[in-house]
Amino acid sequence: MANPHRAEAIAGTLLALPAFILMWLMLLGPAVAVGLLSLTDWNFGEPRIGFAGLENYQELWGDRVFWISLRNTVIYVGVSVPATVLLGLLAAIAIEGVGRGRGFYRAAYFLPVASTLLAMALVWEFMFHPSVGFVNQVFRGLGLPTADWLQNPDTALFALAAIGVWQNLGLAMVLFMAGLKAIPPDLYEALAMDGADGAWERFRRVTWPMLGPALVFVVAITAIRSFQVFDTVQVLTEGGPSKSTEVLLFTMVQQGFTFLRSAYGAAITIVFLVLTLAITLAQTTILDRRAHYG
Amino acid sequence: MPGVALRGIQKSFGATAVLRDVTLVAEEGEFLAILGPSGCGKSTLLRILAGLETADAGEVLIGDRRVDSLPPKARDLAMVFQSYALYPYMTVGQNVALPLEMRRLSAWQRVPVLGRMISGAARRAIAADVAAVAAPLGLTPLLARKPAQLSGGQRQRVALARAMVRNPAAFLMDEPLSNLDARLRGEARAEIVALTRRLGVTALYVTHDQGEAMAMADRVAVMQGGRVLQHAAPQELYDEPASLDVARFVGSPPMNALAGHIGEDGAVVVSGARLPWQSTARGAVMLGVRPEGWVPAADGIPVVLERIEHLGAETLCHMAGGAVLRLSPEASRGLAVGQGLCLAVNRAVLFGPDGARLPLAAARREPAFG
Repeated sequence: MANPHRAEAIAGTLLALPAFILMWLMLLGPAVAVGLLSLTDWNFGEPRIGFAGLENYQELWGDRVFWISLRNTVIYVGVSVPATVLLGLLAAIAIEGVGRGRGFYRAAYFLPVASTLLAMALVWEFMFHPSVGFVNQVFRGLGLPTADWLQNPDTALFALAAIGVWQNLGLAMVLFMAGLKAIPPDLYEALAMDGADGAWERFRRVTWPMLGPALVFVVAITAIRSFQVFDTVQVLTEGGPSKSTEVLLFTMVQQGFTFLRSAYGAAITIVFLVLTLAITLAQTTILDRRAHYG
Repeated sequence: MPGVALRGIQKSFGATAVLRDVTLVAEEGEFLAILGPSGCGKSTLLRILAGLETADAGEVLIGDRRVDSLPPKARDLAMVFQSYALYPYMTVGQNVALPLEMRRLSAWQRVPVLGRMISGAARRAIAADVAAVAAPLGLTPLLARKPAQLSGGQRQRVALARAMVRNPAAFLMDEPLSNLDARLRGEARAEIVALTRRLGVTALYVTHDQGEAMAMADRVAVMQGGRVLQHAAPQELYDEPASLDVARFVGSPPMNALAGHIGEDGAVVVSGARLPWQSTARGAVMLGVRPEGWVPAADGIPVVLERIEHLGAETLCHMAGGAVLRLSPEASRGLAVGQGLCLAVNRAVLFGPDGARLPLAAARREPAFG
């Protein structure tokens, strides 16, 4: 008679197999393929492919544009993530406090997340227009200095970051609202009985610590989305002026698709994947270690 | 330490009236249980007293002070929640210390890092008070743990400690034992009663468990449908229920309610049997008999024994038709299921068809049994 444990193990493996195959085919396979490609010297369209070892990475290390691109991406993420998280949290708390029309505000804030950024970029181009643009008109009205935001190397990256905040704000807000909903109301009541009922004490003693898990998740997801910034750069600045908005994915697309240097593009992609993976790992580690109260 | 009073409290949520003109007074140092089925308004009443909910009408007094319009923190009450509502990200020690920090430290001294530098002495005093409360509850070795690392019973004691630590004017508890298993519940009952006695603090205790209310409280207020049906000491509630609803809610198994009627001569007739009880009332009535209020006899109400429960110290005999008889194991010896019996009534109370209490007296003539 066959060992029943063995039979069960075989049945289990067989049942998991389709999902396992699909996961490799759809998710892990392409990543591995890109990794392998980055170790070759292949250019798109060429009949010949050869092993190049770490040559592409060595070239990256010495590539001035790559370092500018990495630096810009980090600055972009460093500016847009805190702004998105802060504004998203404020919006979530404000909307939670609204009695009526909560659904409307939630939908309004979420609209940019759901809409096509490519189309919305048109509106932003107009907004940032040096003479008729809304931003400069407001700044002028307030007596603040104006600029040609998208064409000035000092401001272009930050203008793009502002658009990124606008786009991701709704997502952060929705995630924070879900986090706020999960806070048991009797914690606020216990706090009131304990003598703390001011808005600041409520926020500091209950809301903020209870939002821990949501916060970690929001930071990770907005960071990953910010790392992926590409469409606004492509449409509004094309990496300029003078490489001031050159970001990782833009560099990758230029190398891989414009200059047809597929292997080199693949190496940039691997750098990008490693960064994204690092954020995800950091998120799971923090969630497991600290933000759990269960 | 002052008592508390609620006078003429009314409260509706939308079109639903939850409290209809409730008046309830807890004397200084009294342990008052508010007993009722779920949805009777007992928790809402407690929350109005705490200031977590505002009444539509009526007044709330703590001692001689009207507190209707004061926020919870100005009322000097402490509350134990059903869920315990411990702050999950704080240690046990921090949980218990928070009410003291909020009261004794200034806003500046409570500022995260910096505040610690200017509040050393005050914080040491708080830590000493926390330790003093924690020790008798057995929490001392747990002070550095988070609530998630505690058992249900331990969490419950942390909630008690947090409520007790600042000597409140009154101690409010909303079903604090309902998340514990039966054995722990018994221990916690005794613990809570002993604590409130020692502190001499007024306590209001909301529960749906009549056994808990009867065992713990000096007096019990029975609520139903947003009204207080009766407010009395446990024994009085049991012996002299003001209405059929109270009689049915208090006692386990509940009081038997037998449909009967009173003829022109004032004698109570149930199931065709004339009982040796007299009333000035006439017409249809309900006779309320506790399970131990009757005995098998030669003459009385005819019943058929349907089921016998041997509980050790006592035996419950369930009759066809729903009546329950409580006997000692000796007295129940020899009884068999399916057997016919006659029951004589030793003690009873009488209610009208509307459930209101009616007068009842044992007949002066020779009893029909004995």
